[in-house]
Amino acid sequence: MRELLQIIFDALSLGSLYALGALGIALIFGVMRLVNFAHGDFIAFCVFAMLWPSIDAAAIVFAGQLPFYLLIPLLLAIGAALSILSEIVVFRRFRNANPATMMIASFALGFVIRHLLLMLFSSRPKSITLWPSLGLPVEFLGAHIPMLQVVTIIITLAVLVILVLFLKRTRYGLEMRAAADNFTMARMLGVRANGVILLAFAISGMLAAAIGLILATNSGTADIGMGANVMLIAFIATVIGGLGSIPGAVAAGFLIGAASVVFQATLPHDARVFRDAFVYGAVIVVLLVRPQGLFAPKSAKQRV
Amino acid sequence: MSQRPSVIRQTIITPIVLIVALLIMAALSYQFGSRAFNRTVVEMFINIMVVVGLYVFVGNSGLLSFGHISFMCLGAYMTAWLTIPPVMKSITLKGLPAWLLHTQLPMWVATPISGLFAAVFALIVGRIIMRLSGIAASIATFGLLGVINNVYSNWDSVTGGQGSIVGIPPTMNVWTGWIGGAVAIAIAYLYSISRSGLALRATRDESVAASASGIDIVRERLIAFVVSAFIIGLAGALYAHFLSIVNPGAFYLRTTFITLSMLVVGGMYSLSGAVSGVVAISVLIELFRDLEKGVSLGGHTIGLPNGVQEIAIGIITIVILMYLPTGLTRNQEFSWRRWPLQRRLARPVQTALKELH
Repeated sequence: MRELLQIIFDALSLGSLYALGALGIALIFGVMRLVNFAHGDFIAFCVFAMLWPSIDAAAIVFAGQLPFYLLIPLLLAIGAALSILSEIVVFRRFRNANPATMMIASFALGFVIRHLLLMLFSSRPKSITLWPSLGLPVEFLGAHIPMLQVVTIIITLAVLVILVLFLKRTRYGLEMRAAADNFTMARMLGVRANGVILLAFAISGMLAAAIGLILATNSGTADIGMGANVMLIAFIATVIGGLGSIPGAVAAGFLIGAASVVFQATLPHDARVFRDAFVYGAVIVVLLVRPQGLFAPKSAKQRV
Repeated sequence: MSQRPSVIRQTIITPIVLIVALLIMAALSYQFGSRAFNRTVVEMFINIMVVVGLYVFVGNSGLLSFGHISFMCLGAYMTAWLTIPPVMKSITLKGLPAWLLHTQLPMWVATPISGLFAAVFALIVGRIIMRLSGIAASIATFGLLGVINNVYSNWDSVTGGQGSIVGIPPTMNVWTGWIGGAVAIAIAYLYSISRSGLALRATRDESVAASASGIDIVRERLIAFVVSAFIIGLAGALYAHFLSIVNPGAFYLRTTFITLSMLVVGGMYSLSGAVSGVVAISVLIELFRDLEKGVSLGGHTIGLPNGVQEIAIGIITIVILMYLPTGLTRNQEFSWRRWPLQRRLARPVQTALKELH
């Protein structure tokens, strides 16, 4: 029972991370059919924004020293600003390009951000300590769960609730859903394309910042490649969830997180290092059974 | 009335131009280049093989593949298993089967075997993956990359795990590199004028019309997948002989995206685009590498700070794609006359992801 509870919490917290990532990718994909490969580098950028640029091994914590009620809004603002800036400078010019070109452009942008960070901070991982009290375990029905896992899950649920309310109850949310469903039609009916796309980028950037905060608190280090893994899984989750479906992306994020944890717990010891191979294999199997994704929206159906 | 011109006579000029251009580069670098420069040229030839291999699948089918670098991995490790002296293998790679442990083949035999190995593997997984289309197929190839990388990074007794395997005979020079590039271009050309290549391009441009005309999409895609896997397997083997070490990290995301960028920058639907994309990016890399080392100006050496190279290349890639979204060659082939088909069908190029709209 205790072990089961442990596994459930592991799965939920890992799934939360993937779900937040998938959300950031799905929002942008929804409005402009762009698979944003720079998302992982946005995450890393937000983490490094807490540090002062230096190539020494010891990190000089700068913004990271602020109290949490200032730090969190500041990082969210940085994430949103970076994301909006990339849309204005780069992606706006690719509105009519084909998706492969856009994808490569976003990858190139990520490449630029990553090497900018490398130049400023060197490739050495740096340690940062954010809120060490979150690492302490709390006792829950006899199992010791790290506080951070509980916080991660609560934050994710809160973000999801806020986002759902935003999308379903506000005018901007309505415009965004309309744009995701049929962009041309939405524009004809008076939805401002630039506004909606900027909003999607801003939210996506804030999600990247949130992931960065969780990752940094969890691992206690800042590493240039830290966003890449989340971004990959999030990208896969977006497709498995059904491209263009926001609830689908979230659900698939949780599903992949759960699958990773379950494989980790149930595979025989020798096969455990091959966990990721099993996860990717499962992804291929899911795609073979449902190529359009698990929760494909009706609008994504192929029209002939 | 003149006779109907044959496809070969109309298009043969493209591979000839490309191969001769590469030969000139090889000869110039052999004659005038330093040792380090020659290595850069060999690396460029290997990248040409990879990107031409990618073109065979991506360009003809219109599906973006993230998984082809795993074939490079398969080819590189196969040639490592076949060519490392048995004495070294018995220490570092204990898990190999006995017959493989005691074989040692020359590079000229091991390289084609490595290509075939990648092709056979592609035939097996392709039968499954090629049933998908659009972005689902792209993600499935991503899954393939993940599986192969994970297995090769962790199967310590056979692949040496995360570390590098050393001891592969370093037998590459500009001429072997050129031969590799020429073989890749020749295979890609022959495929693209073959019946299967024409059929596959028909499915790329109008999949519904193509299947209504009796084209078996899955079969044609599978053929292209296997041919491209063979070329990239060869490239992987040559890459192993070039570096004389292999490690799984070299065949993962970074290489995947850089080769895809080269293809898209050149023009993903043309063979000339594949080759010129690699040449353009390689020239840029070399140029900035020199600038980082410093330029001598009146006794002072002025150099760019380290790391500017990658940033500049990223920015230049974005700028090229902004102004030439269909690549440097605009998806057309080098030739004296335009391909008649292309002249008649002047329509915007569509992509793998168009079904999502």
